[in-house]
Amino acid sequence: MAKLIGGLGTSHIPAIGGAIHKGLQQEPYWKPFFDGFPPIREWLGKTRPDVVVMFYNDHGLNFFLDKMPTFAVGAAPEYNNADEGWGIPTLPPFKGELDLSWHLINTLVEKEFDVVSCQEMLVDHACTLPLKLFWPEGDCPVTVVPVCINTVQFPLPSAKRCYALGKAVGEAIKSWDSSKKVAVIASGGLSHQLDGERAGFINKAFDLQFLDRLVSNPEWATQFSVHELVEKTGTQGVELLMWLAMRGALAAAGGSSVRRVTGNYHIPISNTATAALALETVD
Amino acid sequence: MTTCSPEKPIPGTTLFDANQARKGYALNKMCFSFNSEENRKAFLADEEGYMRKYGLNEQQAAAIRARNVLQLIAAGGNAYYLAKFAGIFKLDMQDIGAQQTGMTKEAFRAKLVAAGQ
Repeated sequence: MAKLIGGLGTSHIPAIGGAIHKGLQQEPYWKPFFDGFPPIREWLGKTRPDVVVMFYNDHGLNFFLDKMPTFAVGAAPEYNNADEGWGIPTLPPFKGELDLSWHLINTLVEKEFDVVSCQEMLVDHACTLPLKLFWPEGDCPVTVVPVCINTVQFPLPSAKRCYALGKAVGEAIKSWDSSKKVAVIASGGLSHQLDGERAGFINKAFDLQFLDRLVSNPEWATQFSVHELVEKTGTQGVELLMWLAMRGALAAAGGSSVRRVTGNYHIPISNTATAALALETVD
Repeated sequence: MTTCSPEKPIPGTTLFDANQARKGYALNKMCFSFNSEENRKAFLADEEGYMRKYGLNEQQAAAIRARNVLQLIAAGGNAYYLAKFAGIFKLDMQDIGAQQTGMTKEAFRAKLVAAGQ
């Protein structure tokens, strides 16, 4: 059976794509953010996952309000990035992992997560930037199964539901008949708000508590409603739902605990509190 | 209209719920079209004609003409799609944040930095 080796998390701000393109990683503004990644890459160099399942939220590239799925799973042989309207460079396509895609879809629906399956799916910066941050050199060495969680239109799925979705994904990975090594990725957050008079809202105290509990007491954040999460983390800070799904997958991996390999937290990049994290499953 | 957000309002925050999604559909559909370079150019070449094509109401059209983000949200705009409209004018998130909070861009940036202290 496949092995779920760990989970990664990172922010996915579009401006990161511009910074990578322009080679600004060592500039004073960007360095505290990019410095979070070499220790993660070192761990990836040792553990070498073959496949990643990416929990991310689409920002109006693939999905519009005409058809807005709560949970969507990619089942495409490859995933194309495309123009998102604000001029960040479009990245080359990423390879899919069809067998795992369909195994996930079958398992999730069996477990009563009635996901939308997508045999074609454009992936936006939220799916592409984590891959570029974790594997900056050359072709991306992993295949990808994108799992999109709606954060555009309320009602959003609850924290509890996203954690449970993650658990179901973790169980599906474990029961996948494959010798491949799989990692799960959370793309999003942490606290930030782009819209309204409260734009620029950041909540460092909550973020730090969230990151701490994510390791030691992963169900802690499932006590909050989506409304409470928006109040505490901002309208886009609710992207921490991705982190809960990622952690849920690890909770299903067998061991009762995870090892925190490395992590980073920095304010601000653009209007956002950023984080990067690597967690390893413990047998 | 029905609402799915009975909880107490969050100051300075509009949740994009059923009411907003119904009110803003035409505006958001137009902004979604700005994923395409060709459409961005078509908008710039004839803003009024482009807005008519998407059936914007007068409140939405006025907010687009004013390039005013708070007015666009009040007219049903969703942050993710509005960002594509802002992208046409090369506005970054600090420009947009400053506009919505009534601060200068420098003051808005300083506020973000202060959040990390």
